[in-house]
Amino acid sequence: MDNKKDIRLMKGNEAIAEAAIRCGVDGYFGYPITPQSEVMETLMLLKPWETTGMVVLQAESEIASINMVYGGAGCGKKVMTSSSSPGISLMQEGLTYLAGAELPCVVVNVVRGGPGLGTIQPAQSDYFQSVKGGGHGDYKLIVLAPASVQEMADFVELAFDLAFKYRNPALILSDGMIGQMMEKVELKPYRKRWTNEEIKQMHPWATMGKPAERERNIITSVELDPNAFERFNHKLQDKYRKMQEEEVRCEQFNCEDAEYLLVAYGSSARICQKAMELARAKGIKVGLLRPITLFPFPTREIQALLGHVKGILSVELSEGQMVEDVRLTVEGKVKVEHFGRVGGVVHSPEEVVEALERKIIGG
Amino acid sequence: MEVSIKDIIKPENLVYQKSSLLTEKPMHYCPGCTHGVVNRLIAEVIEELGLQQETIGVTPVGCSVLLYNYIDIDWQEAAHGRAPALGTAIKRLLPEKYVFTYQGDGDLAAIGTAETIHACNRGENILMVFINNGIYGMTGGQMAPTTLEGMAASTCPFGRDPERDGNPLSMTEIVATLPGTRYVTRQAAHTAGAVRKLKKALIKGFNNQKENKGTSFIEVVSTCNSGWKMTPVQANEWMVENMFPFYPLGDIKDK
Repeated sequence: MDNKKDIRLMKGNEAIAEAAIRCGVDGYFGYPITPQSEVMETLMLLKPWETTGMVVLQAESEIASINMVYGGAGCGKKVMTSSSSPGISLMQEGLTYLAGAELPCVVVNVVRGGPGLGTIQPAQSDYFQSVKGGGHGDYKLIVLAPASVQEMADFVELAFDLAFKYRNPALILSDGMIGQMMEKVELKPYRKRWTNEEIKQMHPWATMGKPAERERNIITSVELDPNAFERFNHKLQDKYRKMQEEEVRCEQFNCEDAEYLLVAYGSSARICQKAMELARAKGIKVGLLRPITLFPFPTREIQALLGHVKGILSVELSEGQMVEDVRLTVEGKVKVEHFGRVGGVVHSPEEVVEALERKIIGG
Repeated sequence: MEVSIKDIIKPENLVYQKSSLLTEKPMHYCPGCTHGVVNRLIAEVIEELGLQQETIGVTPVGCSVLLYNYIDIDWQEAAHGRAPALGTAIKRLLPEKYVFTYQGDGDLAAIGTAETIHACNRGENILMVFINNGIYGMTGGQMAPTTLEGMAASTCPFGRDPERDGNPLSMTEIVATLPGTRYVTRQAAHTAGAVRKLKKALIKGFNNQKENKGTSFIEVVSTCNSGWKMTPVQANEWMVENMFPFYPLGDIKDK
């Protein structure tokens, strides 16, 4: 065994915290909410301010924490927050300002069932809010959907890479199941935080105090000249188109010969893997496409399968949200239906197979 | 004997000049507004303390949203009420820098009440500047948390009625009770003497940050002659007569 590898058994939420420290995050600002409180609890136990120098602060609300993220991001620092659905709703104001000011940051949503206070059990009913913007205005978040504790850890760094590449907030859309379950994780080695000098070189837009040799830096989302603001909005859309061209990530299982396709992300994709095996054992040629990026959505990847796929079932812990993007992708060429349990109820693999037979194959 | 203007422009004749940190951008404030004076004082203080490279300012939503156009330092523009949250993170991530927030009454004492109270209660090592003119200026004269009893605004056109609208809020006295605040003062900028006192307070607010002993909080009781529908002179008189009794000037806390 390679003893350099750091392999642990931990919760998804704990993995977020470990990964954040290890990939050189400068600041975490959060507010407790079930089922993600272990993120900040783990950070506070690990005391990264004594090792990497990372700042960890419990804010007075999710509104404050996302705005602390804005302040830190404006300084070119790697900053993040995490919450769960009701808290993420409170952060929508901050997220639209971050997108409008073109600031990179990472937000983790360990989704629980809504609407309202809802439940503390897992759900995937924040899909629309995550991939369609969420707050006011024409903007998008980069949305990554982990399906394992390992991906909870790995996607922190990936999310920061993408956020800084595009100067745009990135969201890790997890759920109560991935956040709370324990799995084996291989943790990456510690990376140094950027020095202020490195930040000045890499992110010349950052507000770190104005030296004589450059213009002042202004982090803002306000522009009162309509023509200038139209041009700015077009610039944002160009950025989102580039993401759609270059950043789509998905995983495909048994899709080469599939007559029927399950599309599912996060914990639903885990269940669908088993459902796919059960269906294959019954002789049904089923494949699974797991979007890893929900925005940008794997449109081309799904379209490429339409030569042999006769029907698609979108499986989500919601009343049917991602199914709309699958339908837009498929443009009516094949039948697309939704199956999902909600309110904190999680579907079984058998239920998924039954739904596939009833809604797609027999329907 | 003819006197040429060139003979008068000599260093020894100079009694006042624009701060080198004030940009050439014409200010958008209404003539008579207090913002322009306070903006200028902040520029002077940063220049005189030599802190241009060391300062990051946070602007609010409201009349002073475009303050970043006027002073030549790095700036961040916050969502309505959230400036203290930005200031908190900027200072914690860049503790060697000088950080100040600049907010109006609606921003700081209504929508941002939680951010204000908690930044002060944590004792964030920043300067918070609070412009209190008792009205929402930018949105066109609506009732503010600090609008006085009986004072008319577009959303209380017959005067603030405490039974319906609640009472005017003295945020500065509230933050003075918090252990996190170090220096809490209420100033004005309507006379030469008041301007000098305000400038001293601002210098103190910046210098305090060297010692990391808590938040400095400066309220500036201000006029909004457009919103109050008065001439600048009338507005100053009205402020002295009506605002000062409810918002008395002076240091509330200095430790």
